[in-house]
Amino acid sequence: MIPLQKQSFSPVEQMASATSKIIEDGATVLTGSGLPMIAMALALRTRTPNVTIIFEAGGIAPQIPVLPISVSDSRTFHRAIMATSLDCVMSTAQQGYVDYGMLGAAQIDAYGNINTTAIGPYQRPKARLPGSGGGNDVGSLCWKTIIIMQQDKKRFSRKLDFLTTPGYLDGPGARERAGLPEGTGPYRVVTQLGVMGFDDATKRMKLLAVHPGVSVDDVRANTEFDLIIPSEVSMTSLPTPEEIRLLHEEIDPSHFVVR
Amino acid sequence: MKGEGPLLGWHDPDEQRKWVRDNKPRRMTDKRLALGQAVSKFVKDGDLLAMGGFGHVRVSMASIYEMIRQKKRNITLSGKTATHDCDLLLSSGVVNKIEVAYSFGHELRGLSPASRRMVEQGRVQVLGEVSNAGIQWRFKAAAMGLPFLPARVMLGSETFTKSSSLVIKDPFSGKNLLLMPACYPDVSFVHVHRCDRFGNSQIDGVSIMDFDLARAARRLVVTTEKVVDDDVIRNEPSKTMIPFYCVDAVVEVPYGSHPANMPFLYYSDEDHIGEWLNVSRTDAGTEQYFQKYVYGAKDFQGYLELVGGQKKMDRLKEIELLKAQTTAPWAE
Repeated sequence: MIPLQKQSFSPVEQMASATSKIIEDGATVLTGSGLPMIAMALALRTRTPNVTIIFEAGGIAPQIPVLPISVSDSRTFHRAIMATSLDCVMSTAQQGYVDYGMLGAAQIDAYGNINTTAIGPYQRPKARLPGSGGGNDVGSLCWKTIIIMQQDKKRFSRKLDFLTTPGYLDGPGARERAGLPEGTGPYRVVTQLGVMGFDDATKRMKLLAVHPGVSVDDVRANTEFDLIIPSEVSMTSLPTPEEIRLLHEEIDPSHFVVR
Repeated sequence: MKGEGPLLGWHDPDEQRKWVRDNKPRRMTDKRLALGQAVSKFVKDGDLLAMGGFGHVRVSMASIYEMIRQKKRNITLSGKTATHDCDLLLSSGVVNKIEVAYSFGHELRGLSPASRRMVEQGRVQVLGEVSNAGIQWRFKAAAMGLPFLPARVMLGSETFTKSSSLVIKDPFSGKNLLLMPACYPDVSFVHVHRCDRFGNSQIDGVSIMDFDLARAARRLVVTTEKVVDDDVIRNEPSKTMIPFYCVDAVVEVPYGSHPANMPFLYYSDEDHIGEWLNVSRTDAGTEQYFQKYVYGAKDFQGYLELVGGQKKMDRLKEIELLKAQTTAPWAE
């Protein structure tokens, strides 16, 4: 049971907990630092101890002691089985070995296309963002992509300011027509409000579950595009006391991200 | 279908072969130089520069500070997950054009106030976009002596539209395929754990793109934590990442990656990076930073003294070895 004093959770706690439950044990996961890494560290310590974590800069299957700050820092290959290259990791993904890729995003559209490049006009952006980094590669090459981000009307956008990383582009078959590997694409979008998936027939984003205390209307009000709302929407489970303890005491003791 | 980005650092493969024949070292000679000499000799106005390492890890920061000290100008940066290096090079005026894979960010620490300001105000020109695998494979094509490599990334995206890549029909599968043009940076600096006086270099931990970058760069300066005896290399030849014939100069710079992380030796200096992220919110603060830490220091050794000297370096070693916890001023 959840202790009475802890009935509300921070978005980071809720998102990490929900994301940690998506991946099955034994999968390979290409992840960045920050929230995706925290979710995977939680998954490793709870439900899925046999997940193989891969970092783009070359760290494979590390036993991560504390949260890395950089996607290539020492913690990303601490007691790893291999410390290799970006070429090796991305080639491995291009070969089909990587089941899941984890991404963050500044903007997403109904087809799961994402923007991490610029807000406003590209030539003179209102906000210049870091660009693709490994994001486009992860979203192109991993079998299933999981996107973790904040949800609001600006971020869940009808029209991206820039399409950095392909989701389903403009619908069924579009990825394959573009030349992207068959059978790949966005799988889940986890936000502070809930968990979204994609409709098989249209490849448009669909609400799957809301977090406790969040209504379907809350989700709709924070989405600019038409989100598919099925008749049955489930509810994610509250983070357990043990998950909260792991997040605060073991995974991110310096509280870089966990709040 | 062709991306609209300019083709940076590309050379015809035969022209490049002749350049290699006529310019790259064949003999094992002692290539040790002082940092100031290496930067002044090999960094030229208008060059395309690519730094080794990745993010805040194993970056030849000493050479960045030296480029700023020497007031190098009009450099184009290959923004291959360039973070602190990119931030300093753009805001100091060394770099005025950039191809972006990942830039203007400090990873977990947030976005870079200084370099974002340079782009948003139009003071630095973004020439094009590419992905991390894209830029890695541009270097790999160059390292293989090929004009391009095919890849299955960037397809269908505006990252492609703004890149210098091509999409063709693969003659074997009939599917659309991306061609990544080779990229030969004019000059690169790679920071390594150890090398001999000829430049034969070992890297501990992830090599990121540096195997290919070292071979792609027309001019390569290796900065190293330590110059070791020839036998250290010969006793373990399988550990050599970069051979002497790729290397134009060897510079010994202990702690040369500071404030970035040097795996197994020292962790990133989050106090210093935090200070930079704080002061670089304004042009005036940025200028004060350079006055204090670059122009106010005679050389990199002087900079190290200003950031806390040996005591600070010992502390960063403890953090690296997980005997102490890092600070995170930017998280507060």
